[in-house]
Amino acid sequence: MGEPGTKEVLNLEDLQVSGGIRTGRKHILSILVENKPGVLARIAGLFARRGFNIDSLAVGATDDTSISRITLTVDGAAHPIDQVTKQLHKLVHVIKIRDLEPEETVARELALFKISCQDGDARAQVMQFTEIFRGKTVDVSKRSVTVEITGTEDKIQAFEGMVRPFGLIELIRTGEIAVARGRSIT
Amino acid sequence: MRAVDAIMECLKAEGVDHVFGIPGGANLPTYDALYDAGLRHVQCRHEQGAGHAAEGYAKASGKVGVALATSGPGATNLVTAIADAVMDSVPTVFLTGQVRTDLIGTDGFQEADISGITMPIVKHSILIQDPRQIPTAIHEAFHVARSGRPGPVLVDIPQDLSRADIPYEPVDNVHLPGYQPTTEGNLKQIRLAAKALANARRPVIYGGGGIVNANASKEFRELCGSDRFPVTCTLMGLGAFPADDGQWLGMPGMHGTRTANYSMDEADLIVAIGARFDDRVTGKLSEFAPRAKFIHIDVDPAEISKNVPAHIPIVGDAKHILPKLTAEYRALGADPSRLEGWWQRIKGWQDKYPLGYEQTADGEIKPQYMVQAMYEATDGQAIVTSDVGQHQMWAAQYYGFTRPRQWINSGGLGTMGFGLPSAMGAKVACPDDEVVCLAGDGSLIMNIQELATCVDESIPVKIFLMNNGHLGMVRQWQELFWDRRYSSVKMGASPDWVKLAEAFGAKGMLISDKNELVGGFKEALAEEGPVLVDVRVTPEENCYPMIPAGQAARDMVG
Repeated sequence: MGEPGTKEVLNLEDLQVSGGIRTGRKHILSILVENKPGVLARIAGLFARRGFNIDSLAVGATDDTSISRITLTVDGAAHPIDQVTKQLHKLVHVIKIRDLEPEETVARELALFKISCQDGDARAQVMQFTEIFRGKTVDVSKRSVTVEITGTEDKIQAFEGMVRPFGLIELIRTGEIAVARGRSIT
Repeated sequence: MRAVDAIMECLKAEGVDHVFGIPGGANLPTYDALYDAGLRHVQCRHEQGAGHAAEGYAKASGKVGVALATSGPGATNLVTAIADAVMDSVPTVFLTGQVRTDLIGTDGFQEADISGITMPIVKHSILIQDPRQIPTAIHEAFHVARSGRPGPVLVDIPQDLSRADIPYEPVDNVHLPGYQPTTEGNLKQIRLAAKALANARRPVIYGGGGIVNANASKEFRELCGSDRFPVTCTLMGLGAFPADDGQWLGMPGMHGTRTANYSMDEADLIVAIGARFDDRVTGKLSEFAPRAKFIHIDVDPAEISKNVPAHIPIVGDAKHILPKLTAEYRALGADPSRLEGWWQRIKGWQDKYPLGYEQTADGEIKPQYMVQAMYEATDGQAIVTSDVGQHQMWAAQYYGFTRPRQWINSGGLGTMGFGLPSAMGAKVACPDDEVVCLAGDGSLIMNIQELATCVDESIPVKIFLMNNGHLGMVRQWQELFWDRRYSSVKMGASPDWVKLAEAFGAKGMLISDKNELVGGFKEALAEEGPVLVDVRVTPEENCYPMIPAGQAARDMVG
């Protein structure tokens, strides 16, 4: 792809096919870190350095207060992931990283939908969908309903598709958290 | 069009006519485009020099300064200049080359994660990921650099993307939803401020570099002149108000005048405009201006109540706010005689504590006198840049700046080695002005390589070197606060500065008799090219007055 010494002009198509090995799947990285100031910035910096976009990010405490869990999803189709995980391992405060296989992982995300409901009919329909998706209605006003949906990314997207025609005022998602299936430790 | 050619179009559209930098592998395409783009490129000898030159250019002209560097070491050499620019709010754009995209993150040759390295010291940065994004990114960079509170913006451009063939359309506006600086200032707050001014018995107007950045010196002077308000300006604000005016108290802070510091100490109202209550101004914060209420006018809301709680905060551009404040104040018709008693108190301090130093009987050159001689030789009209240390403080005390953008120094970061490259940038921006770099011997050697640039590019700056053979300010602190344990503060085997200047192809002069000083400076100023004048001053002079670190204005010594 053109050494610095060459002056050939590159066309956009050539640029788009270059780049490292891409896996073509979504990656859920589960990262155990020491609960120290700046850890998140260091991890985010490693992704930024490569120009990666983090699709979702969830940070929370674990059963040990000195350790936190970061669950991070990135698109492997857009970015080669293995180098990043190796670099993450080198961070002093990072204890463990697992690139979770989608088939062997239980992943959940929580989303809050604020949906416009101009009349009782609309509200009834939205609440019916909510029941089907096993969601919860958490707030109602004259012209809106707020619904909590928990599930996989696909489920949240499906629900979004159902309620969007009513007028989606806001959608707020937590980002996925995930745990490995079976007895093995994430 | 090649992306790099689009960059040149964008620079021209932004009104850029001078850029500073050094080429290398990763920005070869940029330099190829620069070859016949019709911009003047000043080829510096070190990227730090290029960065400070861009700052000097920006500070002297008010335009955005631009510096170019290659990836890796080129980019990391810019880091000090970027940090300097963020601390002093200097509008600057740094364009760095980056290794090509397939090498990013692989420890490629000359790779450094410059956007990561500079994350805490930029106003904004953009890592280019799609060549079609380049024109918009350049315009965004200029917009962010110059608007609101100005600052440095870095654009990191991978080498392969810069060679891409992109469709180029001129970009006429930028859209940054998260970036909407407030400019106007809340009128209700302005009215409150006017009332507070009218009620104040012991007001002080405290201006900072923000006034210079906002090009609001005229408006500032009108506010100050709307009554006999006592005025002080910070190191960065010097020149915003003329030092020969009767309302001028001198600079506040660690090496400010006693009058300015005592006035702040006893004031009942302090009007801070584009100033940020730096620790070098306040001294011990808990004892700073204990009787005062504060009006704080700043374009950066994060500065309000950062160090000192503001009673009347006004967020916005000084250029918009000050005329409104002046008009509101005038409309109140406050009685000017209420300030009589305050001025008597201030006059008392002015008479009792003028700035001064011991004169010498023989030819020995006192450093303070050197600044006065500089003033005389330049008629007080030169643009003066300085390095950092005692000489910087003496220049601030004794040069008596009368116009904004006349005084260029590194205030926030305190970067030694800033003087020469910033003088170079200032001279490029203002070729018709006399530009003098008042240097320290410890500082000058840190970026002396730029003398080669000055000679090569015919940039006739005059370097007046205050040579005391020491890291003078550190020596002073060791003397006063560290039991005279002089640890690594003697410059020892300094170079022969005259020969050094000559080796670079500049003229060198040596002056060690005070009677030759003004004449010598005039001779240097009359020279066509760059001149370095080595002035041997008293080696162990201390800079006074001084608020010892961590103490209050009341505790000034010397």
